[in-house]
Amino acid sequence: MTAGAIAYALDGVGYRIGDAEILADVTLEVAYGRVLALVGPNGAGKSSLLGILTGDARATSGSAVLDGRPIGAYRGTDLARRRSVLLQSNQVSFAYTVYDVVEMGRAPWIGGPGDLDDEPLIRDSLERTDVAHLASRVFSSLSGGERARVSLARVLAQNTPIVMLDEPTAALDLKHQEDVLRIARDLAAQGRAIVVVLHDLSLAAAYADDVAILHEGRLVAFGAPADVLTETTIERVYETPVRVMSDPDTGRPVVLPRRQR
Amino acid sequence: MTAPAVPATAGVRDLRARRVAVYTVGGVLLVVGVVLSAGLGQLPIGPAEVVGSVLRAVGIPNGWAPADPLIEQTLWQIRFPRIAMSLLVGGLLAVAGAVMQAIFGNPLAEPGVVGVSSGAALGAAAAITLGLTFFGSWTTALVAFAGGLGATLIVYGAARSRGRTESITLILTGIAVNAFAGAGLAVLMFVGDTASREQIVFWQLGSMNGSRWPEVGIVAVVGVVATAGTIVLARRYDLLSLGDRTASHLGVHVERLRILSIVLVALLTGVAVAFVGIISFVGLVIPHLVRMLIGPANRPLIVASFLGGGALLVYADVLARTLLPSADLPIGILTSLIGGPFFYWLIRRSRRGAGGWS
Repeated sequence: MTAGAIAYALDGVGYRIGDAEILADVTLEVAYGRVLALVGPNGAGKSSLLGILTGDARATSGSAVLDGRPIGAYRGTDLARRRSVLLQSNQVSFAYTVYDVVEMGRAPWIGGPGDLDDEPLIRDSLERTDVAHLASRVFSSLSGGERARVSLARVLAQNTPIVMLDEPTAALDLKHQEDVLRIARDLAAQGRAIVVVLHDLSLAAAYADDVAILHEGRLVAFGAPADVLTETTIERVYETPVRVMSDPDTGRPVVLPRRQR
Repeated sequence: MTAPAVPATAGVRDLRARRVAVYTVGGVLLVVGVVLSAGLGQLPIGPAEVVGSVLRAVGIPNGWAPADPLIEQTLWQIRFPRIAMSLLVGGLLAVAGAVMQAIFGNPLAEPGVVGVSSGAALGAAAAITLGLTFFGSWTTALVAFAGGLGATLIVYGAARSRGRTESITLILTGIAVNAFAGAGLAVLMFVGDTASREQIVFWQLGSMNGSRWPEVGIVAVVGVVATAGTIVLARRYDLLSLGDRTASHLGVHVERLRILSIVLVALLTGVAVAFVGIISFVGLVIPHLVRMLIGPANRPLIVASFLGGGALLVYADVLARTLLPSADLPIGILTSLIGGPFFYWLIRRSRRGAGGWS
């Protein structure tokens, strides 16, 4: 996992379910040490693309390669040691505590080369996501935002070179939204590859190195936020008028819908 | 940041202490139950004589051992095999229930859901009504076992589509197969003569009566192997509680785990009901009680469920033998009598509880 090396290389990836074409001709690279934001309107194929990267779904055409090998060639445990995934909804059946749930993130490493002393890592993950005070609470008794953060702690405990987050900010308040993306930035600074699906374009612009815009199953733009998140592109893809301004502090784009008084 | 660290570690220590307490209490209850059960009956035998006889059998000479060969014979040929059978059947049913609940992420799942019990009943009824005897006195048990396993495989095969099985589809398919097996059972009772009808009814009520060592041996071998299998898989069951997709992201081959587990459940339940008939609710009640005591982690849960299920049936069998003078009450009646109201309470409690099914 050297920064700049290529984690995922997708070439002409297509994905069909029956007659429905979900993804077509998607070509992109995901590099270590960078945060890639996947954005696009509802139904654009973001989750399907994420599913192909995680190995949940198999591309029906084109090639999807992870660390030089086709994704389908990996065993479950090998994948689990390379990439961790935070899904949109996180539920836990039975009364497992927060600590138990985060500890489950260590499961792929049991008996393997990364079988370290888990406790410090688990505790560190709990603290970084601001849930250490909930450690002995039962997961299913938590609020939506707390569950999302505990699940993120589980993902951090898995300690993988690739981290994928599917709308990690959906259930979170302003502070914790920023916290999660700061964590994503920190992880990238450690040389990890981060793929994050986001709906908030300003958030994507503020924290991502690269932004990929999906529209009707196709990749319509890929590049630095300032190059990709332009008024024309966003208005074409989202079919609603927007204003793109520059954040006075960071110079990054801020996307606002144009509203009538 | 040591302040937040305290409650978690304290919780873990507390949980370990509770596990040890539950194992100890379960073990003591079991031993007391065994000694009690061995002593009760038409020929009363004191606890000291029971313990003495067991000690002598394992090669420790002592003064408590009974001198009367009749007592010795009663203990070793009638009571001990029956107690061992109760213990094993209760333990295996509870383990099977714990596994079912883990793989469906639902505390209301039990082995009957996938058709094991009704398939076994259909098999037993067929053997009785058709007068099958190709395996001598074990024919009914063998056909019952085959029926249970067969029904499970049919349910699983029918519920599977495109290499995946959804829990809801599986449960609904189970209802269909259970209904079909029920109809088959009714047909067999309709065409059978009075004697076989009576035999079928009593088989379904479940009884430990007439258990012998060779049968106990078979249940023990199959049951211990299958239970060991579930203990090996226990950690993966924990991960399943995160949902199928997240479990697979953590390296669990979810579909393979489900197939393997359902086969293990069919073995555990099939071998248990084959010899003693249908005994319901043990698989539902025991794992749930144990989970309330020591939490949901599956490895301790499976071990404690075995102890708890074994103890429950040993005591239930004592009641079955002594409740009515000079009558051997079918044990299945007792477990259902206790299990029915408990099940109702469980549903109410689960609906009330915050965060859904916990």
